[in-house]
Amino acid sequence: MNAPQNNSQPSYLEQSPEVRERFQRIYDRETILEVRQLSKRYQTPQGETEALRGIDFKVHRREFVCVIGPSGCGKSTLIRILAGLDKHSDGDVLLDGKPVNGPGRDRGMVFQGYSLFPWLTVKENVMFGPEMSGHTRNTADNQARQWLDLVGLSKFADSYPHQLSGGMRQRVAIARALVNEPRILLMDEPFGALDAQTRAKMQHHLLDIWKNLDITILFITHDLDEAVYLADRILVLKPHPGEVQEIIEVPVPRPRTPAQFDSPVFRATKARIEALIHPPVESGEDEENNPEAGPMIRFTNVTDNVE
Amino acid sequence: MSALTLWLNAPQRRRALLTVGSFLLPILVWCLVSYLPFVWHPQVLIDEPGGVDYFQTGMRVDRSDFADQLADMAQQGLPLPSGSPANPIYLPAPHEVAKAFYSGFTSPPEQKNAPWLHESLWHSIQIIFWGFVISSIVGVPLGILAGSYASLGRLSEPFIEFFRYLPAPAFGALAVAVLGIYDGPKIAIIVIGTFFQQVLIIANTTRKLEATLIEAARTLGSRGWRLIARVVVPGILPNLYQDQRILLGWAWTYLIVAELIGTSSGITWYITQQARYQHFDNVYAAIIIIGIIGFGSDLLLARLGRKLFPWNTGREKG
Ligand SMILES: Nc1ncnc2c1ncn2[C@@H]1O[C@H](COP(=O)(O)OP(=O)(O)O)[C@@H](O)[C@H]1O
Ligand SMILES: [Mg+2]
Repeated sequence: MNAPQNNSQPSYLEQSPEVRERFQRIYDRETILEVRQLSKRYQTPQGETEALRGIDFKVHRREFVCVIGPSGCGKSTLIRILAGLDKHSDGDVLLDGKPVNGPGRDRGMVFQGYSLFPWLTVKENVMFGPEMSGHTRNTADNQARQWLDLVGLSKFADSYPHQLSGGMRQRVAIARALVNEPRILLMDEPFGALDAQTRAKMQHHLLDIWKNLDITILFITHDLDEAVYLADRILVLKPHPGEVQEIIEVPVPRPRTPAQFDSPVFRATKARIEALIHPPVESGEDEENNPEAGPMIRFTNVTDNVE
Repeated sequence: MSALTLWLNAPQRRRALLTVGSFLLPILVWCLVSYLPFVWHPQVLIDEPGGVDYFQTGMRVDRSDFADQLADMAQQGLPLPSGSPANPIYLPAPHEVAKAFYSGFTSPPEQKNAPWLHESLWHSIQIIFWGFVISSIVGVPLGILAGSYASLGRLSEPFIEFFRYLPAPAFGALAVAVLGIYDGPKIAIIVIGTFFQQVLIIANTTRKLEATLIEAARTLGSRGWRLIARVVVPGILPNLYQDQRILLGWAWTYLIVAELIGTSSGITWYITQQARYQHFDNVYAAIIIIGIIGFGSDLLLARLGRKLFPWNTGREKG
């Protein structure tokens, strides 16, 4: 399963003309987010840990970028720095060419855990952003309704978060982030806590939203299928310290459908990431990583059968 | 199974029954001690003094003394004293306390110008109320701020932690010197007894707020005061309310000490006065009333809490 692919299988590097053209169009667009030589060191009682080292990448307007890597490789650290929730030690984070300094409305964030305000109704949760930016309650109300409509939750506008299912809560969280019309939407394993079926639906739903809006997405996951299914490009991180191993241009054409999970390009891309994340040799690290990889593969087969 | 056992086994009914039982049990013990002469009754209540010089009707003497005198009189051929087994004066029977409970509210006080029982109680309730309100006006915001801003917490909490260990009643004399002998020092003792715990407990509750909620709010453009007003305060409100309930309970426990300071007042004055005249039934009635008011108001506040924070119950369930 971890065998290096140098045989006649299509390489993940081979792109159809349409795909290549698509990437050209993406790179022609303006840069929304630029990360230059970013590092992060944590001071701990055991000494200094280097969570991120020399991270370099750009995200273009309306691009969908996934960040993947084993747990503990610094994915959350990276996205929290981009969101302005943590400070970086070295390097630059530029949004539209301007350095990021603290959290801001120009970067929306969706967390893995339920981050909805439990004391507010669904609609009031979505109204929070507009109200904070000084809109009147009336305007905020209108905007919230519009975005709830977009995520298909108008019927639940007056429910409290605890009355919703996990998938619905994350849809509210997405609406709440998008209502501020951020330049980029940062998502930290947003579907990680959902069951496979809900997760598949949410992935589809997210692609729908992304298609219909002028929004750029940086999406963190540790699920290979999720990354390949969603992304234009995938940033593969390796742990200790967190470094970019490779930035992969996903050769799977759009529009994406679950049927593509079985296509040769999809599998080739997945195999490449698999090889990067779980290198075939190093036995010491394998012990740690294998139990995680096992159930993940079964997971996706289940998804395939369902859809 | 019969309908009755079914009825009794329904979990809610069982709980209600056990709750009632937890009150009935101590009352039952009290009844046993009061109404069954062989349980305790170490004294004899004199009906007829007989030939004993120092016996009087209505007097209580130890059982052994009574037996001695009885034997004595019989030997000397004098009229025999008679009496019935009794408990000491400080342990009145339930029905006597119940009667005192009723008459405390219906019959005027024995001395002129002395306050009625309910007036004494009202005075006590006001002391508690003002002590608690004054403490909360400063303590709640300070606690929230100390919990929200790490540096403010580090600046204030060590001293408060130290002060918390100083017993509030120890400040009684000082409070009288500063605030006079009437209600001022009493309220001050309640404030001192409540405030320091309050700041620490509420700061701690604030720190336990889910960090993701704060972070989510910050990414949505919320900062500074608005973050506290719109996220921190509503986020901790259900727990803050619980804290306040517990703190109010502690404030009650300071009441008696507080009321002894300066000129004794309120329910404490009533209790000491009644004890002085050996009206122990009234003393018990007053003590029980304090319990009923404290426990009852807490029950009410718990009810109200469930109404006020509907989202919180759902969260507890899952
Ligand atoms: N606040 C912190 N203090 C010290 N070390 C941290 C802190 N947060 C994360 N780390 C370390 O940084 C590394 C990356 O963590 P994280 O970004 O959460 O990984 P991921 O999200 O990829 O699972 C881990 O080794 C973790 O132990
Ligand atoms: Mg993480």
